[in-house]
Amino acid sequence: MNLINEFKDPALCRHILEQIQAEARTPFRVMEVCGTHTVAIFQSGIKSLLPENLTHISGPGCPVCVTSDQEVGAFLNLAGKNLLLATFGDLMRVPGPGGHSLKAAQAEGARIQVVYSAFDALQLALSNPRDKVVFLAVGFETTAPTVAATLKIAREQSVSNFFVLSMHKLVPPALAALAADRDIQVNGLLLPGHVSAIIGVEPYSFLSREFNISGVITGFEPLDMLQSILILLRLSKQKQPKVVNNYKRVVADQGNPRALAVMQEVFIPGDALWRGLGNIPVSGLKLRKEYNQFDAWQVFDPKAPDIQMPPGCKCGQVLKGQILPHECPLFRVGCTPASPVGPCMVSTEGSCAAFFKYSL
Amino acid sequence: MCLAIPMEITFIEGNVAQVEIGGVKNRVRLDIIDESPVVGDFVIVHAGFALRRINREEGLETLKLFQEGLGLELNK
Ligand code: SF4
Repeated sequence: MNLINEFKDPALCRHILEQIQAEARTPFRVMEVCGTHTVAIFQSGIKSLLPENLTHISGPGCPVCVTSDQEVGAFLNLAGKNLLLATFGDLMRVPGPGGHSLKAAQAEGARIQVVYSAFDALQLALSNPRDKVVFLAVGFETTAPTVAATLKIAREQSVSNFFVLSMHKLVPPALAALAADRDIQVNGLLLPGHVSAIIGVEPYSFLSREFNISGVITGFEPLDMLQSILILLRLSKQKQPKVVNNYKRVVADQGNPRALAVMQEVFIPGDALWRGLGNIPVSGLKLRKEYNQFDAWQVFDPKAPDIQMPPGCKCGQVLKGQILPHECPLFRVGCTPASPVGPCMVSTEGSCAAFFKYSL
Repeated sequence: MCLAIPMEITFIEGNVAQVEIGGVKNRVRLDIIDESPVVGDFVIVHAGFALRRINREEGLETLKLFQEGLGLELNK
């Protein structure tokens, strides 16, 4: 039996949908906070099958989208410093000050290489010993351990031309900020499966304990997502908020201790600035002082200009689930994936891009 | 960006594994996976690293719960 296909089984999905339809008697707002969920909900067709009472909103779950203007300004500043930048492809077209982007900088002669992993960026440094290679590190707890492991290797091998600009962000503090915001009405959360594979269940327990919100750790197949929505509806009906692990085949309750240890060895939590959510205490990761020589913030001191969102872009409100993408006046008019105004339209996992692609 | 996909391990050499899914092959690092995988295991791969081994028993258990919860006949 192929486990992957089983979790797509149409007959099972239909059964769960029927139960969701039966349970969703009153309006219910489900937020997911993972770009992969955003895309999977559209791609699988689930979005169009959900009953009207059930509103699905995408929260701040796309690392590219939540990267702040200051951070975008900072890495664009690095692009002007005669360095070799290594980045995930998603960042290439994110517009910064004046609509400038890495892609534009590249066309103007900056050396920027798209890589698939932090480790590839380290390899790039090793094969270009005369260059200073800076890896632009965005991502949540899923990605941070891969960067930490790479930095550990770089330190063990005394690599002197490899640097990391850490813009990592942590999911639970952002959820806490969202939950505390009274303007945001969310009845239940689909929690990100692969972030949870690293951090486990406990870091979310405050949701039910302090805010009476249920959260279900969810995988990415249709069956996973439907089942989790059904669990949320039932928990709400029973008025028993809880955090549930519904992705046990990948998420151990204690997470991945080895990855957490590497992350802790290399990074220390610090404040971070999120697009839409603003500054959130201890919601980011900085390099520990033992890793100072690899810290691109310290070594190159990129200017992080105090700039504003592209005029008219409502990414911030989209990321908080306050408006849906098509409620932005620029959606599809001035802002499309081919010519994006804000990062939520750039990243394939951004909710504006997902709305554009799947709800035409 | 956080996309992480299940891939099957076909070969392991030290800290690096050869993985494959649907004909797509890749090399991934094993520095942060918490249980040492063996050839034939499925692992969740993200940004060049294996994050976790997929627990087949838990997967089957979840499916069983789905089916039982729905009053369906368990037929596999
Ligand atoms: S549609 Fe474009 S301008 Fe509007 S919020 Fe989304 S990214 Fe910003």
